Amino acid sequence: MARTMAVNYGSQTMAEEIKPPVLLSSSAQKTGGETSAAKAASGKAATAKNPEGPVPIPWAAPLVEKYRSQYGSGLEAQTYLGQNYVTVDSSLIPNFLRQLRDDEQFDYCVDITAVHYPKREKQFEVIWILYSFARNERLRVKVHIADGASLPSSVSIWSSTNWLEREVFDMFGIQFVGHPNMTRILLPEGWKGHPLRKDYGILQQDQEWVQINLGIESGQ
Amino acid sequence: MTLSDENAANIVAGTTQDHVSGNDSPKTYLDSNELIINMGPQHPATHGVLRVILKLDGERVLGTECVIGYLHRGVEKIAENRTYAMFNPYVDRMDYVAAVSNGLGYCEAVEKLLNVEAPARAKYIRVILAELNRIASHQLWLGTHALDIGAMTPLFYTFRDREEILKIFEKYCGARLTTHAFRIGGCLYETYAGFEKEVKNFVKFVTPKIDEYEALLTGNRIWMERTKNVGVISGPDCIALGVTGPVLRASGVQWDVRKAQPYAAYSEFEFEIPVGTTGDTYDRYLVRMSEMRQSLRIIEQAVNGLPEGPIMAKVPKVIKPPVGEIYHSIESPKGELGYFIVSDGTTQPYRLRVRPPSFVNLQALDVMVRGLLVADVVAVIGTIDIVLGEVDR
Repeated sequence: MARTMAVNYGSQTMAEEIKPPVLLSSSAQKTGGETSAAKAASGKAATAKNPEGPVPIPWAAPLVEKYRSQYGSGLEAQTYLGQNYVTVDSSLIPNFLRQLRDDEQFDYCVDITAVHYPKREKQFEVIWILYSFARNERLRVKVHIADGASLPSSVSIWSSTNWLEREVFDMFGIQFVGHPNMTRILLPEGWKGHPLRKDYGILQQDQEWVQINLGIESGQ
Repeated sequence: MTLSDENAANIVAGTTQDHVSGNDSPKTYLDSNELIINMGPQHPATHGVLRVILKLDGERVLGTECVIGYLHRGVEKIAENRTYAMFNPYVDRMDYVAAVSNGLGYCEAVEKLLNVEAPARAKYIRVILAELNRIASHQLWLGTHALDIGAMTPLFYTFRDREEILKIFEKYCGARLTTHAFRIGGCLYETYAGFEKEVKNFVKFVTPKIDEYEALLTGNRIWMERTKNVGVISGPDCIALGVTGPVLRASGVQWDVRKAQPYAAYSEFEFEIPVGTTGDTYDRYLVRMSEMRQSLRIIEQAVNGLPEGPIMAKVPKVIKPPVGEIYHSIESPKGELGYFIVSDGTTQPYRLRVRPPSFVNLQALDVMVRGLLVADVVAVIGTIDIVLGEVDR
C-alpha cells in the first residue's frame, strides 16, 4: 500500500505545465477568447478542469505610472486578490530594485523565491517580495529568465538577500552574479541537482543514495 | 604600576584597550594567533543542529559563519507532492515549538487563495490557541536562554508553567506539540467542555508567574552583566537584514504583522506592541516578557468575547484553489512567517514557499557577535530565538 502510494507521488512530480498566472494584457484577451471558444465547442469541459476564480487585473497606481513612463513596455503591473505585483524585464534588475528601495521606501526585502515552469521558454520566474514600513504596503517584483541564465545579486541593496539568494541557487540553480558567497546553503556541497526544479525526481535520488551508501535496494 | 604591568594585566583580563575602544592602533602586547573553531553541530547551546564556525582572536570573535541544513527535510518539495489538506500537518514540523502559529498561517493562506473566510468563532479559537502558543514559545525560549547563560532555575519555572498550555492543547486536539489544530476553512474541533474556564484559569495562574520570572532575572546582577550591551543591533540594521519579530522590536521599530496587516481576528482586540530602545540582549528579554503579558490580554478578550456559531466555513471536499498565487504572512513568535503559494488549479500546490523568520533572523548573528567574547555568542544565539526545524525546513 505504502509502496504504491509513494510511486504515485513520484509520478506526479512532473506536474503538468499550467497557464501562466501572470496574464499580460494581450494574452488575457487571448485566453478569454479560448475559453469562450472551448465552452461553445464542448459544454462545461473547460470549467470542470480549472475551477473558475478571480483573474489578475491591471494595477494602476502612481508608482506604476512613474516607472512605466521610464521603462515603457518592459514593465507590467497587475493585482490579484488585492496583492500587487510588477513583472519586469530581467535587464532592469537590479536598478529597478534599487529605485524601489531608494525612491519608494521598499526598505525591507521579505523574501526571494522562484518558480519553475519547465515548458515555458523562459523557465524560471524569480520573485522578490518587498515591504515598505512607511507605506505599509507589499509588492512583488517578478522576472522571467531562461534556464542557465543568471541575475545580478541584490545583496548590496538589502543585506537580507544574502542567504535568500543562496537558497534560490541551492534549490533552483539560478546564479546571482556579484553575490559574495554563491554556494549551497541547505544542502551539502557535493549534492547533485537542484531539488525544487520540476524535473528533479525524488525517488530516483533516494534510490541512488541508498544504493551507493547502504548497498541495498531502496524500499521506496 | 608600570606600563608593562598594565599591559600584562590587560592581557590576563582579555580587555586590551584597542579592542574596547575599537580603534585600529597597532597592538602593543603579544599578538595572539587567529583561531578557527567549530561550535556545534552538536552543542547544547546552539538549540539544535547548528554549526557556527568562529574566527577568534583569543576570546574575541572576529567573525562567524553559520553552517545550516542539518535538519533539511525539503518541506517545499513535499508540498508539491501532497494535496493542500495533506500538507497541513507538515507545517507543524517546521517551528515545532509554535506549531499552532505555523498552521494558522498556512490555513489562512490557502483560505485566501480559495476566497473563503473562516467563521468568527473559528477565528477567535485560532487567536486564543495562537497566543497561548506564543506564550509557550516564549517560555521555552526564556528557560533555555537563561540556562545557556548559567541561570538554571528559570528553566524549571517556565517548563512547569508551559505544561499547563500543553495540557490545554492536548485536551483541545489530542496533541501537545505538533498540534495540527486548524483546518483549511476553520477549525475541525469544537472547544471541549470547560475550555473557556480552563483558559481563564490559566491566565489567572500564569500572570503572577511571569512576575516570578522577572523577579529572578530582571534585576539580577549576573543576568544584567551577561545581557546588557551584548549583541546590540540597530533598527536600520534589522530592517536591512530583514530581521522581524521581537528582535526588530527590541531595536525600537514598532512593527508587528498583527497590527500592521491584521489577520484572523486581531483587529478586534486591544493590545500594545512593546518596543525596546537599545537593541541589546537585555531589551529583547524585556520585549518578550511584555509580549507574554500582551498575549494574555488578547486571550482574555478573546475568551470573554468568544462568539457562538459555526467553526467551519463551506469548503469543497476536494480543495482545488483557482489558478493564481498568494503571499500571506502572520506574526509567529519568532517573527514574520510567510507562505507564498502558487496554484495551478489542481489539488496540489504548484509551488509552496515558506518564508521562515528563524532563517532570516539567524543571518543577523554575524553582525551581532562581532567583537564579543565566545561566551556571548551563546547568549546571542539564545536571544535571536531560532528553531532549527524552521531554519532548515
